[in-house]
Amino acid sequence: MLIIPCPWCGPRGEHEFTYVGEAGVVRPVPSQSISDADWARYLYGKRNEKGPHRELWVHAGGCGSCLVVERDTATHAVISVAKAGEP
Amino acid sequence: MSSRYSVLQLLRQGIAGHRGWTPAWRMAEPKKHYDVVIIGGGGHGLATAYYLAKRHGIRNVAVLEKGWIGGGNSGRNTTIVRSNYFFPESARIYDLALRLYEGLSEELNFNIMLSQRGLLTLAHSEAAFDLARRSVNAMLLNGVDVELLDRDQVRDEEPLLNFAADARYPIHGGYIQRRGGIARHDAVVWGYARAADALGVDIVQGCEVTGFRTVGGRIAALETNRGTIEAGRVGLVVAGHSGQLAAKAGFALPILSYALQAMVSEPIKPLLGTVVMSPTTGAYVSQSDKGELVIGAGLDLYPSYAQRGNLVTTRTILAGLAELFPSFRRLKLMRQWAGIVDVAWDYSPIIGPSPVEGLFLNCGWGTGGFKAIPAGGFVLAHCLATGAHHEFSAPFDLKRFETGALIDEAAGAGIAH
Repeated sequence: MLIIPCPWCGPRGEHEFTYVGEAGVVRPVPSQSISDADWARYLYGKRNEKGPHRELWVHAGGCGSCLVVERDTATHAVISVAKAGEP
Repeated sequence: MSSRYSVLQLLRQGIAGHRGWTPAWRMAEPKKHYDVVIIGGGGHGLATAYYLAKRHGIRNVAVLEKGWIGGGNSGRNTTIVRSNYFFPESARIYDLALRLYEGLSEELNFNIMLSQRGLLTLAHSEAAFDLARRSVNAMLLNGVDVELLDRDQVRDEEPLLNFAADARYPIHGGYIQRRGGIARHDAVVWGYARAADALGVDIVQGCEVTGFRTVGGRIAALETNRGTIEAGRVGLVVAGHSGQLAAKAGFALPILSYALQAMVSEPIKPLLGTVVMSPTTGAYVSQSDKGELVIGAGLDLYPSYAQRGNLVTTRTILAGLAELFPSFRRLKLMRQWAGIVDVAWDYSPIIGPSPVEGLFLNCGWGTGGFKAIPAGGFVLAHCLATGAHHEFSAPFDLKRFETGALIDEAAGAGIAH
């Protein structure tokens, strides 16, 4: 089981969290001028890293805050956790 | 390769104390050049090599496997075969797989232990039963043999299910595909390997591809831990690691890699006649020939390459299963494991050309690759031999993610996502 140290609540088990997706994905604007290929890349072209991966999690069964978690997808080690929107 | 397997040979070897059996395939050393190189020695890769040699006469072929053949998802699945999909494109390709499975033991001269015991999908609410009815209608239109079952008919199939009045997951009915069932996963891998080897295909184990060499945008050679191997065409058939290798070839795939877990109980006497799937609880279960219950789970819902499933999903599935079959509650588990599956955004496979000329894809089977092995190999062999799509693979082209012509089998996949 993953133990994710929530900055607000402390270390909690993964069953309290919901995985959202890769962090740092920015929606291209304005949408009228985006090519199909670029739009597909935005929607589907995820990095799918093997190794350290920056991703968004929501502490849905806890404080509800959105977190940026760096996690190693090959070992499941949680490397760092930060509040979303903070550097 | 050893000679043809038969009852007579079995008797002869038995009398000789079984000391005369020879390896079923050669341990090939990689040559400098092949007409076609297939990366990945799982079921799909080996089936591709077999059909290339058998149907298209292309025999200067190598299958490169970084570990040992069948050591990845081909050895980690729940061995279920079925073709009960919703969309015509899916039904066509999965039913091709099932039909090929039906003749495979004979074709490969290797008993794949196909057991068409029926695949029963449960509906736990009135709404789920309505959906089942809709699915059954779609499948019948697709030419797939499914039957809608009411509650009593489900009870006739699997009397051990929980039909109590206070059941947490009441059974409203379900549907069954009688041609569905299970096959022996290792035998499928070994059977294709042996048959491909007999036709001249080199199966190279312990050979990891580390890079791609292109000339003018066209594939020319592969860098491996055992030297450079030139290739006319290349098939990329590596399931959960498709994205990793695509990145080395310079493009991205619309795929995420997840751990899909399964587990087996201690062996018990035969008590389960069919394969039972319960989409509501996410559990699916069959009984192996050894008597173990083979239990499948949903995905661990975050990307993973760790080949192990976490406890949260295990617990959810076992809780569901214990509610479905109260008599299973005291069974012990013997093993639990996970395979890394390549899930595309519409839960359908990606087959055909890639952005690199001469490099062809067979990936994105996600949670359901085993059942599709013969068809995946069949259509990819066609692509590699002709350079163009097979009629059945065309809808599954990578371009669909740009055009928007997705084939959304989230429900057909039958597994919680």
